[in-house]
Amino acid sequence: MKETSFLKRIRDSQLFWPLAAWAIILIFNAIVMPDFFELNILDDPVYGKHFYGNLIDVFNNGAPLILVSIGMTLVIATGGVDLSVGAVIAISAAMGTVLINPALGNQLIENRILTENTTRTPLPIIILADLAAGAACGLWNGLLVSRAKIQPMVATLILMVAGRGIAQLITNGQIMTIYYTPYFWFGNGYILYLPVSIFIVAVVFIAAWLLVRKTPIGLFIESVGTNATSTFYSGINEQNVKLLAYTFCGICAAIAGLIFSSYVHSADGNNNGLYYELDAILAVVMGGTLMTGGRFSLFSSVIGAVIIWTFTVTVYSLGVPGNALLAAKAVLVMLVILLYSDYSRRLISRLFARKGTRHETAS
Amino acid sequence: MRQQAKLFLLRHGPVLLTIVVFVLVYFVGSQMYPAMQKPQVFFNLFINDASLLLVSIGMTMVILSGEGGIDLSVGGVIALVSTASAALLRGGMSPYTVLPLMIVLGIAFGAMQGWIIQYLKVQPFIATLMGLYLARGVAYIISLTSVTITDPVYKQMALTPVYIPFLSNVYIYPTTLIGPIMLLVTIYLSFFTRFGRTIYAMGSNEQSAVLMGLPVARTKILVYAFSGFCSALGGIVFSMALLAGYGQFATGMELDSIAAVVIGGTSLSGGIGNVIGTLFGVLIHGTIVSILQFNGTLSSWWTRIGVGLLTLVAIGIQSIYYIRQKHT
Repeated sequence: MKETSFLKRIRDSQLFWPLAAWAIILIFNAIVMPDFFELNILDDPVYGKHFYGNLIDVFNNGAPLILVSIGMTLVIATGGVDLSVGAVIAISAAMGTVLINPALGNQLIENRILTENTTRTPLPIIILADLAAGAACGLWNGLLVSRAKIQPMVATLILMVAGRGIAQLITNGQIMTIYYTPYFWFGNGYILYLPVSIFIVAVVFIAAWLLVRKTPIGLFIESVGTNATSTFYSGINEQNVKLLAYTFCGICAAIAGLIFSSYVHSADGNNNGLYYELDAILAVVMGGTLMTGGRFSLFSSVIGAVIIWTFTVTVYSLGVPGNALLAAKAVLVMLVILLYSDYSRRLISRLFARKGTRHETAS
Repeated sequence: MRQQAKLFLLRHGPVLLTIVVFVLVYFVGSQMYPAMQKPQVFFNLFINDASLLLVSIGMTMVILSGEGGIDLSVGGVIALVSTASAALLRGGMSPYTVLPLMIVLGIAFGAMQGWIIQYLKVQPFIATLMGLYLARGVAYIISLTSVTITDPVYKQMALTPVYIPFLSNVYIYPTTLIGPIMLLVTIYLSFFTRFGRTIYAMGSNEQSAVLMGLPVARTKILVYAFSGFCSALGGIVFSMALLAGYGQFATGMELDSIAAVVIGGTSLSGGIGNVIGTLFGVLIHGTIVSILQFNGTLSSWWTRIGVGLLTLVAIGIQSIYYIRQKHT
């Protein structure tokens, strides 16, 4: 009896489904390619000794998506959605590269100056400028949603369309390459054998977790998502709660853009963070947070993002060409849809329930 | 009489405003660049945005049907249809078999998404996102590189000019006509048929539509199938215009078309708006692009910024308008 209720509690937990999905992919990997889990220590001449393997790749390459998913969770929990994160990633990446080397492609500059390993702006200022750009974008979205009362999907669509234009405006339409090596550290460096990006993600996650679980803000966000009007009548400033969620999401996207541009050593207004908004929404939905808002779980969303990247790395190591990855992703979404649909949930609970009754009669 | 005029304005305000904005933008453009006063430039809007118009017509109906209705797969379907038709034509199939096949493909694709949304209770955003990934992915599986079309029928359709009567030396292409014809069909469908009125009823309040005994489930699947049909037509037009098929065609077209629909005065929560507004939304998009082309020094990214700003303006006008409407 006690066992069933324990099982039921696990099944009802928001974490159960994403963890189950991740486990399925990992078990598939364990059967098909046992070397997927290999972890080696590589002695890199530039970045020193560090771990090397598919699992590290999942977290290092997935770091931007995990960050964006954390921000997106809060926005979706308020009953909104932020379509502009991909564009904000592009803006942040463009900001970083332009501040490092403002030499634009339309001027005639010696290659030696263009490719020298220096920066025009100190690194801390670059980071601050990136974060400020992200916060400004998030604030803009938040103001449109909370003060101008525009539907979140439309309000963020504006920046989604215009944002890539702005990113190209910043870099003057060029794909800019970075030659300043300290900047590479965010996406390629290692601390204690582990990628720096994992630590950045951990810091942001812990900050977000403290924000929503150790202060009342998390409760406010959930209540705004459940019913904004009644939240307003309970004396909570629902407008500012929304504003905070969107701003936080913008900052998360900006950090993601920083890691992204650092990882690929360049900024491309058209392709940086392409489809990230869709992947992030997918990650949040996979984590079991409803798109209508309300209850949310940051950790589930992180798992959702990790699932997407585990899947991606798996598909790559199976030797599927990069462009066909989209079709494989569609299959993943299809599986998620089937797994999460009411129909299959009912089916599974019925299976469990039957077992439970049998157990009861036996005892 | 005055009462009637007021009612008419209240009912069609956003659409009328879109038309005014289009006229204004075009007028400003033609003052800045006198070459834009040529009638050919106006007809070029239809030529250049032929597939965007088709896709947006389908998108309008989907958005009108409400409940977060949206179709993100349109760009993917264009890529899939263009690549599949190019590959089939290269394989020696007759274009008269390929064209119906592609339309069936589009309808089936849309109907599948509608079925998932209706019966598996998946949010349209997620289901059509899967459609986008699937369509583009399959297009890449068919061919990783661009496939050129050398079929004579396609070439003839793409390159035969159709001269506009009463205007000297002004022409469009046969494929350009598909969009406006589809627009007329959709106007008929949405205003004069049971199907259209069910869509509006669903968009306003799905629950009451169900309670009224309207065939909501069937209509929802039909709406997505209709959007798939429009996207397939868009894909055919697209592949005829470029005489090629490629998985990377029409990237981001779903956003352009959503922006065009919103600029056209359709509310994203469903039930309000119509396809006539969408036509002008698409024309505004085309006008911005041609102003940028006439300028010559401005780069392509200004299109995106311009479309974004116009979306903002359109939404601003709409929200002020709806607040006013609520008060009266």
